[in-house]
Amino acid sequence: MSVRRLAAEQPEGFAFTPANLDWAKSQIKKYPEGKQASAVLSLLWRAQEQMGGWLPEPALRYVAGMLGMAFIRVYEIATFYTMFNLAPVGRNFVQVCGTTPCWLRGAEEIKSACRELIGEPNRVTDDGLFSWTEVECLGACVNAPVAQINKYYYEDLTPESLARLLADLKAGREITPGPQNGRHSSEPIGGAITLLDLELYKNELPEDAPPNYRLRAKVPEALTDSEAKRPGAAANQREAAVPKPPLAKGRKTKPAKDR
Amino acid sequence: MMLQDSDRIFKNLYGLHSWRLKAARARGAWDGTKAMVERGHEAIIEEVKASGLRGRGGAGFPTGLKWSFMPTKSDGRPNYLIVNADESEPGTCKDRDIMRHDPQLLIEGSFLAGFAMRAHVAYIYIRGEFIAEREILQAAIDEAYDAKLIGQNNLNGWDFELYLHHGAGAYICGEETALLESLEGKKGQPRLKPPFPANVGLYGAPSTVNNVETIAVVPDILRRGAAWFASLGRPNNTGTKLFCISGHVNKPCNVEEEMGVPLRELIDHYAGGVRGGWDNLLAVIPGGSSVPCIPASQCNDLPMDFDSLKALKTGLGTAAVIVMDKSTDIIRAIARLSYFYKHESCGQCTPCREGTGWMWRVLERMARGEAELGEIDMLLKVSYQVEGHTICALGDAAAWPVQGLIRHYRHVIEERIDVGAVRPLSPSVPVAAE
Repeated sequence: MSVRRLAAEQPEGFAFTPANLDWAKSQIKKYPEGKQASAVLSLLWRAQEQMGGWLPEPALRYVAGMLGMAFIRVYEIATFYTMFNLAPVGRNFVQVCGTTPCWLRGAEEIKSACRELIGEPNRVTDDGLFSWTEVECLGACVNAPVAQINKYYYEDLTPESLARLLADLKAGREITPGPQNGRHSSEPIGGAITLLDLELYKNELPEDAPPNYRLRAKVPEALTDSEAKRPGAAANQREAAVPKPPLAKGRKTKPAKDR
Repeated sequence: MMLQDSDRIFKNLYGLHSWRLKAARARGAWDGTKAMVERGHEAIIEEVKASGLRGRGGAGFPTGLKWSFMPTKSDGRPNYLIVNADESEPGTCKDRDIMRHDPQLLIEGSFLAGFAMRAHVAYIYIRGEFIAEREILQAAIDEAYDAKLIGQNNLNGWDFELYLHHGAGAYICGEETALLESLEGKKGQPRLKPPFPANVGLYGAPSTVNNVETIAVVPDILRRGAAWFASLGRPNNTGTKLFCISGHVNKPCNVEEEMGVPLRELIDHYAGGVRGGWDNLLAVIPGGSSVPCIPASQCNDLPMDFDSLKALKTGLGTAAVIVMDKSTDIIRAIARLSYFYKHESCGQCTPCREGTGWMWRVLERMARGEAELGEIDMLLKVSYQVEGHTICALGDAAAWPVQGLIRHYRHVIEERIDVGAVRPLSPSVPVAAE
């Protein structure tokens, strides 16, 4: 257990934006009538997102009222579940996993890098841009060490790659989630050595198998066509259908390297 | 003999192909689902029983048997299926790959398991941190609804609503009754059993909670037949399993292999070997942080299945293999796990709430060599007072790593205390649980 208390300074009030209110109503519909309290975690989470990463007391009261729950029931949930931040966090919130599988692979160095680049844990930098904390197992252990920055996981970190990510965030550049060492996902580095039998994938249609698919938010795929486009053609459209990509056999992810 | 690719269930484990419905169907998902439903509720449960499938979430309870506990006639209450996607056991990251790379297998499995147990509604409880996975899984569920594979009046002939519900960062919610509490909108504190969830579960109605991997292998068992699944692995430990190999190996990875695969093959063949070679191996935690570690001397010819590991007083757990080489400070490694359990204890039972913090603080002192020799036996004794004296298994899970440490590495603790004894002891101050 850990001791968690509400922040000393609280805003005046809280209300969902109209869009979030609609969304909240759709969440409540997932549960049987009279069981709307089930939606409390997702509503609190949305409230935290709306508040820029933390849950003030008025939001707890607001959600309690919306779900017909006693305030104390929502209060105990907010203090029990550790993803609810009870005090403001940085605009970029870095959560470094420190549990044994990450610890074995260098979580301490990642934490030191955070200390150096951001400062003490659970303190927001003066510019409001960053704060960091240590969390327990994030469940991406074969890609250790791992940190969750805002919504997504950044994996196979080194102090250098973390520094690069933070620098990109500071400069307002978009960062790409997932492994930071050229790996695709949870396959062994250097490329998968199983699931190479092309028979398994013979029925897949070309458009279903983007060659560089990976978890990422809104990063358009770079075009690799060497031919010039017709005048006026959109730069992100190809003339021909996307060819069937070479499948797993012999596929190599980029070798590990620090850019 | 390695598992053939054609015998692997998770064909898109690494996400090198698309997770979308069309691609998943091309790989075999949702093939003949309606015909399976036409075989009837009991036939599916019998088939799963015959396959020998044991739960993949850690305890290894026979899945078909668990399903057969659900009432076949309703007394007015609905039956619920709950899929436990609160994957948080340190070392484990297999369900994450299923949800982000092969979500349709999970959705089809939920549909079939729901049908077998006469549940028209199922909830998938995914851990709060898995935001990317939640987004993909929700999109996949929407695709299945749009294709009328699930929902009301769907093409497969069993009305079925599937909802995704997320947690907010509590390891304990992976315990099935804590998960039910959390799903009802409460703190995740486990319930006393009995009554078991199959009688009184979610909203007081009959419920069954299954792990993601357990559910996701069901469609393939039904498609290819129980005999195929039972032919893989070893007696009482059948089928394939996702292994997560992390820690001090050259190429940490997830891989699907047969149950009973030798530990050394997992480490050497799939994970590129121990850092510095096999002789540099110190210890392995074979099934996620909750099972006791075993020393290298026991790792040479070790089949990875429930019964072989039980014989070594450890367990297969979630099949998360955490490898530690000789550079590891084993006391610190286990102390860090003890901190994890202290952090994640829900605080409901005194032995766990107080004991986890106590064990962590003693281990921290032992790691610094600031303890007394008599405290090793005291620590062991306390661990036995936590184990078996709590509502749920978190108390056991906190005690076992400590017991494993003392069982195999008592000499390391003793040596460090001997070295530490040269320095004056810092006064040990009793501290209440934080």
